[in-house]
Amino acid sequence: MLSLHREGRSPVHAVPAGVKLLVLFAAGTALFFVRSVAVLGGALAGVALCYALARVPWRVVARQVLTVVPFAVALSAVQWLVTGWEAAVLVGLRMLVLVMLANLVTLTTRTSAMVAAIEAVLRPLAPLGVRPERVGLLVAMTIRFIPVIKEQADQVRAAQRARGVERSTAFLAPLLVKTLRLADGLGEALDARGVDGAAARPGKTPRSGKDRPL
Amino acid sequence: MMIRRSDGRSGRTGGSGLRTKDMAQIALFAAIMVVLGFFPLIELPLVPAPFTSQTLGVILAGAILGARRGGLAILLFVVLVVIGLPVLPGGRGGLGVIMGPTGGFVLAYPVGAFVTGLLTERLWRRYNHATALFCNFVGGALVLYAIGIPWMAVAAHLSLAKAFTGSVVFLPGDVVKVVIGSLAAVTVRRAYPMIAPGRRTVRDGRA
Repeated sequence: MLSLHREGRSPVHAVPAGVKLLVLFAAGTALFFVRSVAVLGGALAGVALCYALARVPWRVVARQVLTVVPFAVALSAVQWLVTGWEAAVLVGLRMLVLVMLANLVTLTTRTSAMVAAIEAVLRPLAPLGVRPERVGLLVAMTIRFIPVIKEQADQVRAAQRARGVERSTAFLAPLLVKTLRLADGLGEALDARGVDGAAARPGKTPRSGKDRPL
Repeated sequence: MMIRRSDGRSGRTGGSGLRTKDMAQIALFAAIMVVLGFFPLIELPLVPAPFTSQTLGVILAGAILGARRGGLAILLFVVLVVIGLPVLPGGRGGLGVIMGPTGGFVLAYPVGAFVTGLLTERLWRRYNHATALFCNFVGGALVLYAIGIPWMAVAAHLSLAKAFTGSVVFLPGDVVKVVIGSLAAVTVRRAYPMIAPGRRTVRDGRA
């Protein structure tokens, strides 16, 4: 549906989400201290190799590169004026590597695996009152209700246009009140399904909420 | 009426203390935040970062739901970005955005909503257009700049001054959003008050 993830069976897809996130954060930290164009060039080649391994279609790669390059070029240009061409190349390359690597993680990891990884990261916080399993439920609820809210916004705008209200921001207050009402109903529906009670007993949590709309 | 457990009832639930209705509000405001990204408020040519209403979502979440729920709603939105859903303007998303030069602004969103909510809660009794403007400007603009600009300076290897100049082009637009958000927040407060003085929520009077 609306995920940036692309299905695949490559070795890159098979790496657990947690490991990919860890690699990404390690790379983000490490590359920051790199001052050599050769090392960054090597890193870029490594990322390109991973893209090849993951068999990401050319069209997708091109679109990704096209969104990063203007930013990287603009940054390098500023850097060139301020400090010199070496720093400019470093900064542009570093950004290209990091953003492409992050995009690769996104492309090759299912949303549900990513949610599970985030739950795992949050688990040590459980004694502080954080309930990781709720993250999955909340993510699923939000995704499920994006189209609903969009439709409500369109309805409010259409109704206002019919009454001759042209101000494009007048739809906000009615939309917000409608949403708060919807939240009341949704809260009662969740209670009726025992979500709160189930969540209070670990192990009985409705974990399937991750992939499936409520 | 529904049965509601009070916060002290069980240690586990009490720790996170979120009721189902809070969860519903959090999820729906995260969804509003996404939907606001679909509506271009004003489109500026030549500006790489799409200029949309999304920081308006930060303001509205804090001003309407308060610090805790508002902050969590926008934190949930950031989780959606991190796990790779294209929920930022222009269908962007994923960790690439966070790692990029504007990532600090995205990470600052929940803090901005929290601060907006905190100020709103403090000023709830005297909440009007003027106080709303104050709360929303501090939380929805100042906080975002205070986190986003240093992040940009570090991520893009710019001096703070350069990053500041680069971001200040957005200030007029952000002021417009603060004004729009304040108008909406005051209207919603009248129609459907969510933050009550002394108590966390108001839910009676509306069966």
